Amino acid sequence: METKNNLRAWIYLAPLLILMGIFTFYPLINAFIISFYKDYLPISGTASGLTLNNFSYVFRNQLFWASIKNTFVIAFVSVPVSIIISLFISVALKNIPKLKGFFQTVFFLPYVTNAIAIGMAFAFLFHQDYGLFNVILGWFGVDGINWIGGTSSWIAQMSALLVYTVWSGLAFKILVFTSGMQNIDKQYYDAAKIDSASKWTVFKRITVPLLSPLILYISITSMIGALKAYNSVIGLFGTQLGAQPYSMITIVAFVMDISINYLKFLILVTPLRPQSFFL
Amino acid sequence: MEIRMNNLTKIFSAKNKKDVHAVDHIDLVIPSGKLIGLLGPSGCGKSTTLYLIAGLLRQNEGEIYFGEEEVTETPPEKRGIGLVFQNYALYPHMTVRENILFPLQNLKIEKQEALQRTVEIAELVGLQEMLDRKPKELSGGQQQRVAIARALVKKPRVLLLDEPLSNLDARLRLQTREEIKRIQRETQITTVFVTHDQEEAMSISDEIVVMKDGVIQQMGEPQHVYNFPQNLFVAKFLGSPQINIFEGEIKNKIVYANGMKVGTSKKPDQQVVVGIRPEGFTVDSTKTSDFHYVIDLVETIGRDTTLIIEVEGNDGSLLDKKTFKAIVDADYKIAAGDEIYFNIKPSKMHLFDTSGNVL
Repeated sequence: METKNNLRAWIYLAPLLILMGIFTFYPLINAFIISFYKDYLPISGTASGLTLNNFSYVFRNQLFWASIKNTFVIAFVSVPVSIIISLFISVALKNIPKLKGFFQTVFFLPYVTNAIAIGMAFAFLFHQDYGLFNVILGWFGVDGINWIGGTSSWIAQMSALLVYTVWSGLAFKILVFTSGMQNIDKQYYDAAKIDSASKWTVFKRITVPLLSPLILYISITSMIGALKAYNSVIGLFGTQLGAQPYSMITIVAFVMDISINYLKFLILVTPLRPQSFFL
Repeated sequence: MEIRMNNLTKIFSAKNKKDVHAVDHIDLVIPSGKLIGLLGPSGCGKSTTLYLIAGLLRQNEGEIYFGEEEVTETPPEKRGIGLVFQNYALYPHMTVRENILFPLQNLKIEKQEALQRTVEIAELVGLQEMLDRKPKELSGGQQQRVAIARALVKKPRVLLLDEPLSNLDARLRLQTREEIKRIQRETQITTVFVTHDQEEAMSISDEIVVMKDGVIQQMGEPQHVYNFPQNLFVAKFLGSPQINIFEGEIKNKIVYANGMKVGTSKKPDQQVVVGIRPEGFTVDSTKTSDFHYVIDLVETIGRDTTLIIEVEGNDGSLLDKKTFKAIVDADYKIAAGDEIYFNIKPSKMHLFDTSGNVL
């Protein structure tokens, strides 16, 4: 009985496992192996031996280290910040039941909007002379900051990128947290009220601990997402990847840049052999 | 702390539906230091009344006083109440100790004292060994006691319990209700608890309040309410098996039930509803009494024999049979099919007018 059931389970899983094997596991292992190939030609798939030079080439590349730094700053700042902000917004939404539906839609809109379009809108919001952020700063007598202009500092560019990243990440987190909060038994809040707990205590000691499985889930998924940051940079800074070329380069952008340039180079130097495209 | 409610009203309104008067202009005084059971069928407004006292619901009308202090507009956290929820609402991520400490921390009690009080209250409810466990590692009865400890640790003026025994199995229920009684006696705290189980309410309350449709039907000591129900609803709601109801009349000071004489009354001639408690029947071995029936079914359990007797007026299937129950001493050897003559104990017979009010 047991083996029969096992067989059936394997059959049910087979389509997915086969697809994942071909398109996930094999490329993953293969890419790792290729990274040791010497003079590897992707078009013909040939190599002339094994080497560690590919790694030393990357490690000696300044852009590689810049991309690591940028990516890690984005991930380790934007993820906690956006989680905290979205938790507060979710709690606030819970307290305004009448307008909740409206605001939930408002907060969810970024999720269904094209990232590049949002990036372009943000690029304008960060404009030194006309952008909304500097206008608001102006109300408080603060001089306009050169956020993303040609001569802007790394800090200013990174701040703009972080604001954009945090904001665009809020939508999904708010959705998850508000639905998570609906599953928390209302009696805990009544009990806390009877127990004279302040709003902050309720948030800190009841809402957050009871949401912790979801917070963990969101932390992991958005950390993965942030480590793959690319769209945001393109949207905000265009294809030169920063206010100065490459100043906001991320790991994924680095990979893209290298491979595109390498492919361009290959196309120039390799005589076209149509059949090899299929390899 | 005496709790006084004046003209208290709570209306739940829903769109496109009729407003529900969950609590309908009730006046109630709960004496200080007593254990009071709010009793009634589901939907009678007993839980709503409890939550109004707690302040978790807001009344539409009326006032609530704790002693001389009016708390009508006081938010729940400032009322000084302890509330035990039906599902206990123990914070699942905190240990028993943290659960009990939680209200003390919110009240900014000094840490050493808070820890001291936590241990004391844990001893009172017999949980001193369990302080470092999480709620899900405890049995239902233990969780219940943690909830009581958490409610009591801040020394509230009033303790409120919402269906405290409904989530426990039968054996634990008996044990826990003794426990609640003991804790209440030791702490002398004014306690109000809500239940739909009349036996539970009668066994531990100093006084019970019977409610129906948001209106108080009767309040008093359990045995008094049982012996002198003010209306048919109270008479039917208290007692198990239920009181037997017969159609009857008073003619020339004599009470007839189903056309047979069951007793006397000084009231004027009229149509009445006769209620006789199952324990109100005695077997008349001389066979001279007027009230006699052929026995349908006999159940002997321990010292009592329950006689189930079919009466006229059933036109349907087995389950629609109109029956009444009489509990008599097991010494009588009675078998199904015997014709038995009953005497009725006057104190166990209650007469109501046709609209259900006691005569």
